[in-house]
Amino acid sequence: MKQAVLTGAHYLTGDEACAEGALAAGCRFFGGYPITPATEVAERISERLPEVGGTFIQMEDEIAAMASILGASCAGVKSMTATSGPGFSLMMENIGLGIVTETPCVVVNVQRAGPSTGLPTMGAQADMMQAKWGSHGDYEIIALAPSSPQEIFYQTITAFNLSETYRLPVLIMTDEIVGHMSEKVVIPDAKEIKTVSRITPKGKKDNFKPFKPGPNGIAPMPAAGDGYKVHFTGLTHDEKGYPVMTVEAQAMMMAQLMNKIRNNLDKIIMTERYRLDDAEIAIISYGVSSRTSLAAVDEARQMGIRAGLLRLITVWPFPDDQIRRLANQVKGFITVEINLGQIHYEVQRCAGYRVPAYLVGHPGGTIISPDEVIKVLKEAF
Amino acid sequence: MPEPSKKISKSPVHPLDDLLRTDRIPHIWCSGCGTGTAFSSCLTAIKASGLELDNVVMISGIGCSGRAAGYVKLDSYHTTHGRAIPFATGMKLANPKLNVIVFSGDGDLFAIGGNHFIHAARRNVDLTVICVNNLNYGMTGGQVAATTPFQAKTSTTTTGNPEAPFNLPLLAYASGATYIARWTILHTRDLTNSIIEALNKKGFSFIEVLSPCPVNYGRRNKEKSLDTLKLYQEKGIIKNNANPADTDIDFEKGIILGKFIDIERATCIENYDKTCRLV
Repeated sequence: MKQAVLTGAHYLTGDEACAEGALAAGCRFFGGYPITPATEVAERISERLPEVGGTFIQMEDEIAAMASILGASCAGVKSMTATSGPGFSLMMENIGLGIVTETPCVVVNVQRAGPSTGLPTMGAQADMMQAKWGSHGDYEIIALAPSSPQEIFYQTITAFNLSETYRLPVLIMTDEIVGHMSEKVVIPDAKEIKTVSRITPKGKKDNFKPFKPGPNGIAPMPAAGDGYKVHFTGLTHDEKGYPVMTVEAQAMMMAQLMNKIRNNLDKIIMTERYRLDDAEIAIISYGVSSRTSLAAVDEARQMGIRAGLLRLITVWPFPDDQIRRLANQVKGFITVEINLGQIHYEVQRCAGYRVPAYLVGHPGGTIISPDEVIKVLKEAF
Repeated sequence: MPEPSKKISKSPVHPLDDLLRTDRIPHIWCSGCGTGTAFSSCLTAIKASGLELDNVVMISGIGCSGRAAGYVKLDSYHTTHGRAIPFATGMKLANPKLNVIVFSGDGDLFAIGGNHFIHAARRNVDLTVICVNNLNYGMTGGQVAATTPFQAKTSTTTTGNPEAPFNLPLLAYASGATYIARWTILHTRDLTNSIIEALNKKGFSFIEVLSPCPVNYGRRNKEKSLDTLKLYQEKGIIKNNANPADTDIDFEKGIILGKFIDIERATCIENYDKTCRLV
C-alpha cells in the first residue's frame, strides 16, 4: 500500500491539495460526480484512494453521491464528496439528512458563477447563503473558506476533524480560482497531522441511544455492524432514533442540533487578523477575495489609511461577536466577496448600523482587484 | 388435572419478536395492507438465512413500506425519498462485510429513485432490493405511480391512468440484476425462499412483491382486500425462468410470478478490486 500522507513539497492545484488533505485526514470513501471546476478533486482521489485501501465510486448524479457518502459514514468510514453550484443544489436534501441523523462527512463546493449553469469555468463566491440555508428547515452548519492550495490541504483535515467531533456534514466553500490555481503545498510528516475520529460507544449494546449526547454534548456514534442495532431516520426522532411526531420531540431534537454548534463557537470559529489592532476601517473577507483584501490593506496603509483585514476561515457559524466588537472600534466595514451581497449583510447585521458597512462585490466570473477595494475605501471614508 | 402453564398462556412470544423493535409496535400500516406480510416474510428469511445478524442492515426510502426499517431490530436506516439505494451502495462499498437489504416501495424505488435502481443493477452492487409494489403512492393518499396499470384510477388520475407502467423485472434484467423474482403476498413461502436465496447470493438481487393497498388503490378500483388476494390467486401464473419481457402486469391475461433470473456476474466490489487496486 502507498502512503496516505505524501510528506514533502509539491506543486498542486487547490483541487488536488483538497484530495490530499482528505487522505491525510483519514478519508477512505469518496462518492463523486463530475462537475467543473471540482472534477479534479474526484480525478485525483479516484487514483489515490485504492492505493491506500479506500474506495472511490463515481455515482449517477450528485444526489446519489451525497447519499453514498452518508451510507459510507454510517458504516464507520470517513467520507467526502466534491461538487460545484448545480451539484451543490442537488445535494441539499441529503445534506439535511446528514444534519438530522448527525452523520459526519465533508462536502466540498468549488464555487462557480451562477445561478443555474452560469459560468462553469469561472469562479464566484455566491453559494455562501446556500451553504447556510440551502437545505430546508432550521439548522446550524459549519463552513470553511480556504484561500490557497496550501490552506485547502489543511482546511480539509480540519473539516474532517470538525465533522467527526460534532457529528455533522462540514462544508468546504472554496472557489474555482483557488481550486484551479497551482501553488506550492508543503505536506508535513504524518505524525505532525492531528486527526480526530468520532467517539464510538463502549459497553451495553441493548437499547442503545445513538442520539443521546455524551458529557461533551455529542452522542457517541456506532457504525453499522457494531452490534448496537441503531435506527437512523430523517423524521423527527428521540434519543433512541425513533420517530416521534410531537412538538416536544421536535423542540428537543432541534435544541440538540443547534446547541452542539452554538455552545462550541469558540472552538469552531477560526479567523485571522491582519493589521486590525489600530484599524479605522475593517475589511471582512474570505477565500480568494481575502487575498485581494490583503493587498488592498497594504496599499491603503501606504496611502495613510488605517485599514485592517478580518479574514474568515470559518464562515459558518458566523463570528458575530468579533464583528460586534470591531463595530465599537472602527469607522466602518467593507466586505469583499465575489457575489452581490451575502456575507455583507451578515456584517451589516452584526455592525448593527452603528457604523456603515459597504460591499465590494462582483457578479462573478473573475476575482476582485485591490483597486476596486481602494476605490470604495476612498469614496466611503 | 394439572393447571395449565401460566407462562405459556400469558405472554406468547412471536417467533420473529427478536427481529422486531417491539417497542415501536403497533405499526402504521392499514388493515388489509400487504406490506406487513412482505415484511414478515423478509424477517423470516433473514432468520432462516443463517447470516450473522450484526452484519445485516436494512435501508429504506420514504413511503409506507419505507417504514419497515423503523420496525426491524437490525442496524436500520430510513433515508430520503428515492435514495435508499445510493445510501446502501455507499455503506456496502465502505464495509463489504455487511449484508445490505433495501426494503422500499414502488414509488420510492422506481419513480424518484429509478435512476439509482438501474445504476446499482448495472454495477452489480451486492444488495438485496425488495420492492413492495402496491401500484400507487399509498402514504400520500393514492396517487398514480410509475407502476399503476394503464387506465387504473388514482387520486390524480380520477378518469383513469393515461400512462403505461414499468415492467419491473424487465427493467431489472435490462439493467444487469443477477437475481430477479416476483411474488405476491399470497405466496409467502415462495417469497421467503426467494429472499433467502437473494440474501445468500452475491450481486444485485431484486424481488418484486405485489401487495394490496385496499384503502387507496382498491377503493378507487372497486377491489376489496380479499378481491385483490383472489386476483393474485386466480391470475397468478407461476412460471420460473420466464422471459422478463413477458412479465408485464396485466390482470386480464394473468400475472407471471416466479424466479426469472439467477445468474453469476462479478460484483461491483470484485471488479473494483481487480481493476483499480493495482498495488
